[in-house]
Amino acid sequence: MKIKRIGLAAIALAAAGALTLAGCSTSNEPAAPEGDATAIITTNGSEPQNPLIPTNTNETGGGKILDSIFAGLVYYEADGKPVNDMAESIETEDSQTYTIKVKEGQKFTNGEDVTAESFVKAWNYGAALDNAQLSSYFFESIDGFSYDENVAELPGLEVVDDLTFTVKLKQPESDFPLRLGYSAFFPLPEAAWEDLEAYGENPIGNGPYMLAEEGAWKHNEKIDLVKNEDYQGPRQAQNGGLSIIFYATQDAAYADLQGGNLDVIDQIPDSALSTYQDEFGDRAVSQAAAIFQSFTIPDRLPHFAGEEGQLRRAALSHAINREEVTDVIFSGTRTPAHDFTSPVIDGYSEDIPGSDVLEYDADKAKELWAEADKISPWSGSFQIGYNADGGHQAWVDAVTNQIKNELGIDASGAPYPTFAEFRTAVTDRSIQTAFRTGWQADYPALFNFLGPLYGTGAGSNDGDYSNPEVDALLKEGSAETDLDAANEKFQQVQEILFKDLPAIPLWYATVNGAWGEQVENVQFGWNSVPLYYEVTKTAAE
Amino acid sequence: MAGYILRRLLQAIPVLLGTTFLIYFMVFAMPGDPIVALFGEKTPPPQVLEAVRERYNLDKPFIVQYLLFLGGIFRGDFGVSFSGQPVSEILADTFPVTLRLAILAVLIEMVFGIAIGLVSGLRKGGIFDASFLVVSLILISLPVFVVAFVAQYVFGIQLGWFRTTVGPGAPIQDLILPAIVLATISFAQIVRLTRASVIDTDTQDFVRTAASKGLSRSRIVPVHILRNSLIPVVTYLAVDFGVLMVGATVTEGIFNVPGVGRTLYQAIIRSEGPTVVSFVTVMVLIYLVINLLVDLLYAVLDPRIRYAK
Repeated sequence: MKIKRIGLAAIALAAAGALTLAGCSTSNEPAAPEGDATAIITTNGSEPQNPLIPTNTNETGGGKILDSIFAGLVYYEADGKPVNDMAESIETEDSQTYTIKVKEGQKFTNGEDVTAESFVKAWNYGAALDNAQLSSYFFESIDGFSYDENVAELPGLEVVDDLTFTVKLKQPESDFPLRLGYSAFFPLPEAAWEDLEAYGENPIGNGPYMLAEEGAWKHNEKIDLVKNEDYQGPRQAQNGGLSIIFYATQDAAYADLQGGNLDVIDQIPDSALSTYQDEFGDRAVSQAAAIFQSFTIPDRLPHFAGEEGQLRRAALSHAINREEVTDVIFSGTRTPAHDFTSPVIDGYSEDIPGSDVLEYDADKAKELWAEADKISPWSGSFQIGYNADGGHQAWVDAVTNQIKNELGIDASGAPYPTFAEFRTAVTDRSIQTAFRTGWQADYPALFNFLGPLYGTGAGSNDGDYSNPEVDALLKEGSAETDLDAANEKFQQVQEILFKDLPAIPLWYATVNGAWGEQVENVQFGWNSVPLYYEVTKTAAE
Repeated sequence: MAGYILRRLLQAIPVLLGTTFLIYFMVFAMPGDPIVALFGEKTPPPQVLEAVRERYNLDKPFIVQYLLFLGGIFRGDFGVSFSGQPVSEILADTFPVTLRLAILAVLIEMVFGIAIGLVSGLRKGGIFDASFLVVSLILISLPVFVVAFVAQYVFGIQLGWFRTTVGPGAPIQDLILPAIVLATISFAQIVRLTRASVIDTDTQDFVRTAASKGLSRSRIVPVHILRNSLIPVVTYLAVDFGVLMVGATVTEGIFNVPGVGRTLYQAIIRSEGPTVVSFVTVMVLIYLVINLLVDLLYAVLDPRIRYAK
């Protein structure tokens, strides 16, 4: 065991040496990058739940890898702003038909050119019902998409020439270009089609990194990525590669960061949330994420429809002290909600008319509840359903206790043992209580927080909310060619939502991360994942 | 002897069929649709759900699913996990790691447990005996995750003697700390078992006979006392090895060991039928084989035990 200790000491010495050297070099040439361009950055991840095929990956474990080894038409800067990556231009006149030009001379790591065909084929595959891709719903707005029959080639996608293709949507959608940085829209090389299963095991991409070798994905252990020297896009890796180590628990990853085995982590275990900022100082980060959390009250519950329902929903919202819950239960690692979206999204506002319904006001709550009782007296108990395996009990108990105390009604949590059981009850509508809901944005746009959740019949509208005005405004906003004008419409949608309260906004999640002394330039993206290509490391091991 | 072994192996067949059926049924009966959970908080369109279910045979009735799975096993095909990885590959990746961890743990608890138990038993009531009774009491009452976290913090993070978690490939030197933690679960039991057994044997007639024949203590202790005291300990170790294979879940989670416990836990969370059942099947097999080996070992320890017929 001594060997290990000596080894560590040697590394520490080397690190110190490198630091001194780096210090010298910077004093001579201030512009020189300090990092070692060959250093491998180690970071936490989780075993991908699916083969590494862009249209079949919908969770963060695989997403983190795909974002590193692929380059889409656009990528997102830290604040969510889309910037062209593979795209030369994305143009439209009516927000319905888009002409997309791919930059010339872009290559996959097997030498193949990135062409219009690389995108169109991959998208067609992802959209076809028969292929049962987990992210197929991303293509549902493209002309010809169907959930009822298999469409092998979408009529809305047309290859014009080697580097140009057009996308025709079913209706105008101004935020379509914003979506194009999401992994479902990544291109695939010809080589992928020979044997997609084998490809998913050893994917060939076109991004800033590539797999270190055949079989670099060591299942349940880690995946090794190295810098892709042929990548010409703007996300040039400032390091030699990434080693993404899969952890079963956040505690293990955190222990490794403390023990010096890991450079960057983007998750802090609950047990360390109140201490990690003291321990890591300016190497710790806590910032808002594009994750909105709420609980949904379906209209079909007794006493929650019509005018009575509106009064009761507002009363419940006023009865909750969000500041207190985020402080006490979450040690300040949640931010009380001010709207239905997230502060990291362009167009976010804290001053939407009607948002004062989110303020804690016990008197107002009692008053509104009493008014509702005049329409029809309250009976029964108010419950919030949640999955017991996800650490939700504490806040559900806190919130239902506040409701109980402020409104003088019976309120409690309704736990389901597992996430699968909970989501099944929500999906098949057998749940007969309010239930917790959350939304992590797929791409940085206001519409993504509103359309899929509150549009009539929309995919994730778990409360079956329906309001023609909302539908109309969502459609109008989507048809705008100007993003600011579109955002204005989406704010009007939220005004209505604050009246109807199909879901009661609670708080935004924050990303909590930290990094070791050897690395610098750690910045977290809008989707809570560090921008790994920017990270520099001062000492090579 | 050969007949005995054959009979024992034949007994394993109904045991295996029974356990796989039970486990498969339990995974199947777990409430909630695992495919729905794959989509997180987002609600998938029903058509996509159906298509994905079909891919994993989850749209078929239970008995058909089970027979398909069983048929696959006879062809050496254990099915695929939701991540598209053949379960046989996952088995081949994880079992050696946990096996190494468990063997290491058993070795540690055997060597230290038997040695300390023997000394305690021979010096019943002495200071050594009394202090180890206290130590073993503490170890019995401490939950394994407490031991694990403390060990990780003290020896991994603070002192830096060990790597905080197990590195890629799970090399032996990284497994030592988790193995020690794992060994503490049963170490105290073995000390107490050995001690009691040694005290019991020490008062037997044959020990007195040996002493009266003028044999030295250094010959009596290993040959007469220890050997005859080991039967209950060996039985316990065999059962314990099985327990360790399964009980590694907590330790493997904390030390991030890419082994059976961690993988099985995640497979259960995801309701991945084929993975869970295959893992349990292999575990049952290992358990059966080890118990057979131990039964055979009895004859070596005590020649009066015979497996005739």
